[in-house]
Amino acid sequence: MAIFNILVFPGILFLVAAGLWFEFVDRRMYARMQNRQGPPWFQPLADFIKLLAKETIIPEDANPRLFAAMPVLALTATICAFFYIPLWNTTALFSFQGDAIVVMYLLTIPTMTFFLAGWYSTSLYSTLGAVRSLTQLFAYEIPLFMAVLAPAMLANDWSLAGITKFYAAHPLLALLNLPAFCVAMVTLLGKLEKVPFDIPEAETEIVAGAFTEYAGRHLALFRLAIDIEVIVAGSLVAAIFLPFGLTLPWWLGIIIYLLKITLVVALIAIMRTIMARLRIEQMVNFCWKFLAPAALAQLMINLVVKGFLQP
Amino acid sequence: MSKITIPIGPQHPALKEPASFKITLNGEEIYSMDMRLGYNHRGIEKACEQRTYIQSLYLIERICGICSHSHSTAFTQAVEELAGLQVPKRGLYIRTLIAELERIHSHLLWLGVAAHEVGFDTLLMYTWRDRELVMDHLAELGGNRVNYAVNTFGGVRRDLTPDEIAHILKDMDTLEERTKYYAQVATEEATLIARLSKVGVMSKTEAETLGAVGPTARACSVDRDVRRDDPYAAYPDVQFKVCVDDHCDVYGRVLVRVNELFESYSIIRQLLKNLPEGPIAVKAPRRMPAGEVFSRYEAPRGEDCHYIKGNGTDKPDRVKIRAPTLANWRAVRKMIEGNYLADAPIVIAAIDPCFSCTDRAIELVRPHGGEVLTWGALRQFGIEWHRRHGLDFADLNKKFSQRMERVK
Repeated sequence: MAIFNILVFPGILFLVAAGLWFEFVDRRMYARMQNRQGPPWFQPLADFIKLLAKETIIPEDANPRLFAAMPVLALTATICAFFYIPLWNTTALFSFQGDAIVVMYLLTIPTMTFFLAGWYSTSLYSTLGAVRSLTQLFAYEIPLFMAVLAPAMLANDWSLAGITKFYAAHPLLALLNLPAFCVAMVTLLGKLEKVPFDIPEAETEIVAGAFTEYAGRHLALFRLAIDIEVIVAGSLVAAIFLPFGLTLPWWLGIIIYLLKITLVVALIAIMRTIMARLRIEQMVNFCWKFLAPAALAQLMINLVVKGFLQP
Repeated sequence: MSKITIPIGPQHPALKEPASFKITLNGEEIYSMDMRLGYNHRGIEKACEQRTYIQSLYLIERICGICSHSHSTAFTQAVEELAGLQVPKRGLYIRTLIAELERIHSHLLWLGVAAHEVGFDTLLMYTWRDRELVMDHLAELGGNRVNYAVNTFGGVRRDLTPDEIAHILKDMDTLEERTKYYAQVATEEATLIARLSKVGVMSKTEAETLGAVGPTARACSVDRDVRRDDPYAAYPDVQFKVCVDDHCDVYGRVLVRVNELFESYSIIRQLLKNLPEGPIAVKAPRRMPAGEVFSRYEAPRGEDCHYIKGNGTDKPDRVKIRAPTLANWRAVRKMIEGNYLADAPIVIAAIDPCFSCTDRAIELVRPHGGEVLTWGALRQFGIEWHRRHGLDFADLNKKFSQRMERVK
């Protein structure tokens, strides 16, 4: 049963399908809001298959093993993170005290692989994109951590399953985390490298950033990893900030879970429709000036409320 | 961090045409920029000398895909002055109408490109959708989306019907409505303003010293517009104001262009309202008298100058074109220094560069290296190069003909 869970549902196969599907949802919504037709539903899958069939080119100066390992590592890390997140009920596939932190770290690994991939590609655009990836990481990572851990502190539990269980029992307290939800959504744009924070892969400046030298199946795996990262990040946000409908029958729960992911994807699509790309220094300023204080304020609020709840 | 040089172009996603910019970076900040142009040199000026005036007109129109009417009008005006032709009023009005429609499509296109350079693709999609309205009119009036071929010496080649007039007036209202919305977006959207203001700054004195033209100069409070300063075509008959802005940055250049859109709508309404009756062209001679003429024209990107020297035959002795982009290049170099790498595309795009307009000469990178091949030698070289890389066309041809035999 565990093997089925890992490989098929809600494991790898489901993740891949959901990743591709929600890439379509994102692209379609983006297109419709821009007054365009948008791609058909199978476009992400078609892109993936097409990329798999393309020639793999590895730059001469790059370390071929590391170059090929990076996409796999990114994919693995995101899939691993998924197993610790409760989806449509309050239990996750695996769970232990402190897995909230592990998931956050696992979600940092893709960004690190982007950096290493860009750095080891040894081309100018890749290097610049890599450095920008890392600079951006330092800007959004701390607000994101604080935003995710503030609810954990209120729940007095360091496992994601425990946090969800707590908020499912006290749904009104989940509303308290609204500022953290906003901070998490904005920092997720940075993590997923979407407009206005798509600075590391700004097409008109540095071509494709860290992915400039990638082609063929390596690029396909990277793109799949990013698609899956959207689902994992969306699930994380849904588990922590939207703990509603978790005690319903499983089929209703799954529908509600998919609706929550749709909401997150829609928010991302809307934000990237209505904004322009920021410059890296504007992004860093924004994260430290507004997001970090907001996340800190959330921590304070949660500390105070916790004091009242547990005298 | 040590200085690194990164190439933008000749092939780069930010550039729609080939040009090479070598940007030296100090961290993310631009230290200096070196540019190399000429990838689009096609020898048009020289080719004009071997063609008759009327043949040259069609060649001149193909200098640029966006402001084709600008070049052809500048050229036509010069030839008309040379021949002493008096163009009928109606012809001038239609010429001006096309010119303003072209300005609208050029500015809308630029607005979209500028938005794309700063990663705001939604505005790109919107403006390019609306640009289609104008493109449709241009296709209706000229029979073609880009090279309308409306001009001829002594007037224009196509007349307007009342239907077309009503249609254009209707679409001007739609466009004005939408442009108001874009003006609102450009002045209210925080991320867009953050990316545009205080970027590519150039003072008024610098703009004058470096000889900037068009919206680039007007955004630095240089009050200069050929349409008002040296009126041509139907501009003496219409009321419009020259849009000037004192922001001196890319944001100012956006405002100037958006405001010019409103002026263009108003000019088109006035032209269509007061459109005189009568012929649209007079007959032009084949041979033009000898003499030198100089023609100025306010293209969407700035002042476009054409110089023609006639020698009494049906072919010009010399044609010289100074496209507006050429006048703005030095300004770009000034504007780009001290900005971030992220701003390089938008600063370059802010002058609305047109490389094919500009590339009047090429520069040999290694003037003493390489060799000169004749056409036959070049062909032989190509065949052998492909054979060395495993592609033998002679072989393929043989196989192909054998296969065709079998099919028969």
